Amino acid sequence: MAWFESVGLSLTVFLPAAGALALFALPKAQENAQKLLALVVTGLTAVLAVGVAANFDYGRSERFQFEVTESWIPAIGARYHIGVDGISLPLLVLSAVVTLLAVIYSWDHWEEPRNVRGFLALMLLLATGMNGTFVALDLVLFFIFFELVLLPMYFMIGIWGDSSKRRIPVLGRTVTMRLYAAIKFFIFTLFGSAFMLLGFLALYFRSGDFLPANTFDIPALIALGAENAFGSGTFAFLVFGAMFLGFAVKVPMWPFHTWLPDAHTAAPTVGSVLLAAILLKLGSYAFLRISIPILPEMAREWAPFIGLLAVIGIIYGSLACLAQTDVKRLIAFSSVGHMGFVMLGIATMTDVGFNASLIGMVAHGLITGLLFFLAGSMHHRYHTREIARLGGNQKLMPWMGGILAFTAMASLGLPGLAGFWGEFMSLLGAYRPLAGLSSSQFQTYMVIGAIGTVLTAGYMLWMLQRVNLGEPKAEWADRSFHDVETTEWLAWAPLIVAIVVIGVYPQVILGSTTDAVVNLARTAFGG
Amino acid sequence: MNLDYHALAPELVVAATILVVLTLDVVLPRSRKYWTAFAAVLGLAIAALPLLTLAFDDGPQSRSMMGGGYVVDEFALVLKAVFIVGGYLVLLMSVSFIESDRYYQGEYYLLMITSILGSLVMASSRDLITLFVGLELVTGPLFLLAGWRKGDSRSNEAALKFFILGVLSTAILLYGMSFLYGLTGSVTFEGIRQAAPALADSGAFRLAVLFTIVGFGFKVTAVPFHFWAPDTYQGAPTPVTAYLSVGSKTAGFVGLMLLCYQALPAVTEIWGPTLWILAALSMTLGNLTALRQDNVVRLLAYSSIAQGGFILVPFAAAAVSNDPEVIQEAASAIIVYVIIYAFMNLGAFGVVIAGARRTGSVEIDDWAGMWRYSPRVAVLGAVFFFSLAGIPPLAGWYAKFVMFLSILRPDNVWTTALAVIAAVNAVIALVYYARIGKTMWMDPVPEGIEPKADSRPLVGSLALALGITALFVGAAGVFPYEFAGVFADLAKTVTGGI
Repeated sequence: MAWFESVGLSLTVFLPAAGALALFALPKAQENAQKLLALVVTGLTAVLAVGVAANFDYGRSERFQFEVTESWIPAIGARYHIGVDGISLPLLVLSAVVTLLAVIYSWDHWEEPRNVRGFLALMLLLATGMNGTFVALDLVLFFIFFELVLLPMYFMIGIWGDSSKRRIPVLGRTVTMRLYAAIKFFIFTLFGSAFMLLGFLALYFRSGDFLPANTFDIPALIALGAENAFGSGTFAFLVFGAMFLGFAVKVPMWPFHTWLPDAHTAAPTVGSVLLAAILLKLGSYAFLRISIPILPEMAREWAPFIGLLAVIGIIYGSLACLAQTDVKRLIAFSSVGHMGFVMLGIATMTDVGFNASLIGMVAHGLITGLLFFLAGSMHHRYHTREIARLGGNQKLMPWMGGILAFTAMASLGLPGLAGFWGEFMSLLGAYRPLAGLSSSQFQTYMVIGAIGTVLTAGYMLWMLQRVNLGEPKAEWADRSFHDVETTEWLAWAPLIVAIVVIGVYPQVILGSTTDAVVNLARTAFGG
Repeated sequence: MNLDYHALAPELVVAATILVVLTLDVVLPRSRKYWTAFAAVLGLAIAALPLLTLAFDDGPQSRSMMGGGYVVDEFALVLKAVFIVGGYLVLLMSVSFIESDRYYQGEYYLLMITSILGSLVMASSRDLITLFVGLELVTGPLFLLAGWRKGDSRSNEAALKFFILGVLSTAILLYGMSFLYGLTGSVTFEGIRQAAPALADSGAFRLAVLFTIVGFGFKVTAVPFHFWAPDTYQGAPTPVTAYLSVGSKTAGFVGLMLLCYQALPAVTEIWGPTLWILAALSMTLGNLTALRQDNVVRLLAYSSIAQGGFILVPFAAAAVSNDPEVIQEAASAIIVYVIIYAFMNLGAFGVVIAGARRTGSVEIDDWAGMWRYSPRVAVLGAVFFFSLAGIPPLAGWYAKFVMFLSILRPDNVWTTALAVIAAVNAVIALVYYARIGKTMWMDPVPEGIEPKADSRPLVGSLALALGITALFVGAAGVFPYEFAGVFADLAKTVTGGI
């Protein structure tokens, strides 16, 4: 399988983009052929990603595998360098699989204006950006993939998003949600990544002080980071800060999160799913891949601050959820809280915390992805997402209600389901943060985070009670609804299974990540 | 005088083309005038051939003639290629545009290639006189072209404004040049370079440098010397505007590079801060004003002012460092930016022409929902406007990337500050570029706008021009070195004097 070692990963990245181009070779009218093509392409991509996972040597998951390094832009020393290790592998598989499920779900769920080819092409382009970010081992390449997701998502939200109008107090005028959300998403992210880029360039120039030539190569920079080459002075502080802006907007961490509720709520169902399940992880993954190993001293210095923003996010997200009247917006805000746990795990700077953040990312991807699918399907049937108008969903659609209840339980962190591990382990990590960080401070974070889990349970159960339980409202009482349909089952069943499997046997994720994060913590912080 | 005819071949071919077009225009009956267009396009294509033979020639790397005042080296070749390809694309866009006009055709092409000839001369000029003659040859025909639509008062206004400020800037430039000559006793860049260090503290010399910089500031529409640009761009026929914003602007940058790198490398402390300020002002004011535009041509005018600011940024980097590597990288960044900018901006103007053919309007709001009736134009619009915004994987990202790279290399507080200004501006720029994308893709088709049913937006040569530019923007985004970087590496010989 030598060929697979050398091209498998590249195919995982570029096959979707090739598929997007191929879509335009098909006539516009042949929608079924287009769907089939997208299905085959994302299916193959998922198979390739799983193939990578199957051939991955878990005995040395701290090492980059399936590495490819080719000359790319010699003028600036940027190389086409890709590879996976135990940290990126679960995210790559998650990304490839969720994209496939999104295509399956799309099969008979199209938003207006109907344009199957355009929508699928954007989705495939998005997949290339997402998969590429998780495997890129060169800062320039990383930057390109990180930004590649912007345009497709911008168009996805702006064209197929929610056309309702809302008054934005800050702007003092009424806007169409999809347009507002799309440009807000774009500008926030670009603002962050412009500074991230400056940070990357600064690292590039500084690396020349230690190496024969300046480099964008992530493993080479990590090796420098392990020797603490970039130190803890003003330079490192500014670089960490610049990259922090880029990544924190993407996660998003409080107070950079304000684009998220709008974007998630306004996006078409599949867009919300991909945003929540994958795009948010690009930011938190970047902390683990770039910020921490390259600038460990600064990571240690920034950790209390990151932890603080994380717990504020947890509490803020939960409280905001309690105030939401729109199911989708509620799920969106819940992401702020859940990503808060992910970031709290990272902020502890320990292997336990890193593990927590990774399993938290995967779990959040599966669970929140599924929640957005459910919200989309329910909106499709009820034509409203107002919690106050819904009710008795369980009676109207027993399967749908059941899955919603299951997912909400997973989301609130019920032991035995995937969501539990991320929250539990990140609180556990906060109990004993990295030596040198204030234990009492992180233990305070832990307590606040624990309160957050209670609040999470509170709003999830309250939502469930209002939407699922009770008698159907009068307006729905004598209507009949299609319960979960075939394509929905096909798209959701793998998520449900994965949530249970990871919940019962977290080793499927931790088996890949543990050695890698232990190694990350050791090389970055010693001991 | 000993002339190297091989080295001069591109200029000679273009000059011959001018004569052919002129003759054809006189000889041909009105119904056959389109042959002039064909001759002009063909002539430019032929002019590109000697560039290739010169590039692959084993002879001397740098062919110098006329006492070192006219040099054909890698820098000249690369920039000439940019001018010829850019001019070729503009001619392709012009064909359908001019045809739909009732005006006389021949002189349009005549004037256009004369201007292109001027830019070819500029790329090779290595003394003040040749540089000035080249620059005037570029600008002169454009005064006439801007007023091409004689019956249209906007076009007249465009030409008049352009003419008056053009003459003013020429006067300032010439004034500065005469001082440079008077103080250094030399018109060649070589001579000025050698004399400059001794004069660096002289007030008159500083003034001379400032005057020449300001003179070129007009040509590259740097704020605050940009007033003429928006009105001229808006009033001139769109292909002429495209040429103004790319060909003539690049010519200005070529002049600046020659002046800064060849003639005045020793006095960076004079031109460095000046260009720092011009860069910061152009980016910021260009972008902020562009935010408020409703007319797509006017928007592109301000956007090109802002892009000009981005191109000025690397000059400021070169100015704070004496490290040859920094200076070469800055030169390389400028050239990369110029090459990529030429393609993406020409593409954007091609989209404007196509959009105007379809809707009969260049007001942004009238383009709402264009993807529903002209999906291809809408796709191209998204490609070029987002490339101008610098969004990967479109080519614009690399231009901005090398610009940032060059400005951050000298570890200096001023250059870092300029980098931050540029970063903020890159984000502001997105707002108005994205607005065009939004209008074309996300807004409903306005009522009352009846798309012209019979007009095909993409006809022959325009489609070809858009195809070439779009392919370049896509390919250079993924393989930036092969499509732009390698040329810039060659052309950084312009800093050879340092």
